[in-house]
Amino acid sequence: MSRDFLVVLEHYDQFLAGLWNTLWLAGTTLVLASIAGCVVAALMLSPQKLIRSPVSLLVDGMRCVPFLLLAYLVYYGLPGLGLQFDSWTCGISALIIYHTAYIAEIVRGAWTNLSRDQIEAGKAFGFAGFLLFWRLILPQLFFASAPVIGNQTVQILKDTAFLMIITVPELTFAATSVQATYFVPFASFIAAMGLYWLVTLAIEATVNRIEAAAEIRRAA
Amino acid sequence: MTSQLPVLLQGALVTAWVSITAIALGVPLGLLLAVIRWQRVPVLSPLVAGYVSLIRATPAITLALLIFFAIPSLGLVLSAATAAVLTLTLNTSAFNCEIWRAALIDFSRDQLEAARAYGMRPWLTFRRIIFPQIVKTSLPALVNEMTLLIKASPALAVIGIVDLTRAASRIGAATYEPLPPFIAATILYMLLVLTFVGAQRLAERYVRKKLIVA
Repeated sequence: MSRDFLVVLEHYDQFLAGLWNTLWLAGTTLVLASIAGCVVAALMLSPQKLIRSPVSLLVDGMRCVPFLLLAYLVYYGLPGLGLQFDSWTCGISALIIYHTAYIAEIVRGAWTNLSRDQIEAGKAFGFAGFLLFWRLILPQLFFASAPVIGNQTVQILKDTAFLMIITVPELTFAATSVQATYFVPFASFIAAMGLYWLVTLAIEATVNRIEAAAEIRRAA
Repeated sequence: MTSQLPVLLQGALVTAWVSITAIALGVPLGLLLAVIRWQRVPVLSPLVAGYVSLIRATPAITLALLIFFAIPSLGLVLSAATAAVLTLTLNTSAFNCEIWRAALIDFSRDQLEAARAYGMRPWLTFRRIIFPQIVKTSLPALVNEMTLLIKASPALAVIGIVDLTRAASRIGAATYEPLPPFIAATILYMLLVLTFVGAQRLAERYVRKKLIVA
């Protein structure tokens, strides 16, 4: 058994490359899905029923579907439309589309719970449109939804593992290829799990720091 | 596409079967783990805490691969179906542990002290006082976790289980039209999720009626 772990240690570069790709996929998804999520949340809160209803239906539908199903649709579906992308592009697109729906729902929830007073006060001070969103709404949304977004980030991290099925070389893919070459299943997957664990603990620590900062803001 | 419908329904059946089995095993297992943490059982309690933290951070795919490849290397025979149920059970038990534990931590001290004042033994207190109430408070979160479990189940494709997602992708690859099976699979997933949510509503109504009578 200890020999197995030595094999894994010898191929640490493959694990690190996989981990780097996993972090890149999850990080890019978090940033882009958060931006898109805010836009979609705004559409879901639109006073126009013609905009609100179809967007809400799409978001609810997306949240019923497992991520892998969407990844397959993008991977096998786009070539049928004459669009040819590599597995990497398909994977990151599917991640962003899928998690935009979840983040939109989180942001919408936080948005409807925002106090009207501050927004009214902001309007009275002449804030409007994007400036109102950027300076008054967004900071409040950020602090109110940070813990839930943190959970969603862990979910994004775990969903990146699905992409190994469409041959994206992320962490679980790296663990599988090391185990397939040297037959060290236990050591190799435990190493991958340990790395996922470390990343998750780091995400949780970050959320705790944001919450502490939010506490100070509230007290001030 | 219509000729492929049995394949899709077969896949839906597999998804429903592994999910329900994992829930039936994982919900009580989660409760057991939560009680170990809540009672601060020496040695076991920190082990459970570590287990829950690790499993919650692990993708279902990685866990499925570990179980499917590592357990046979220890000399035990393991079918893909057993590995599948084991994966989802271990996965969901960690999340269920946290749900049960939150309910146990929030449980009112007054009632526990009242039960002790009446001379109730710990097991009787748990069965008659604590359990019925934490079921009620945990139910929404437990059902939410069940829907997450259904969405994690396609990970089992990696160990050769043909579930609803796998079936849909196979039909899509065979017919060169991925959209129709995708939409059909989406509807089937929605039906599955709605079945659990509907069962939750029924259970809540049942509990409410029982509480009024009592």
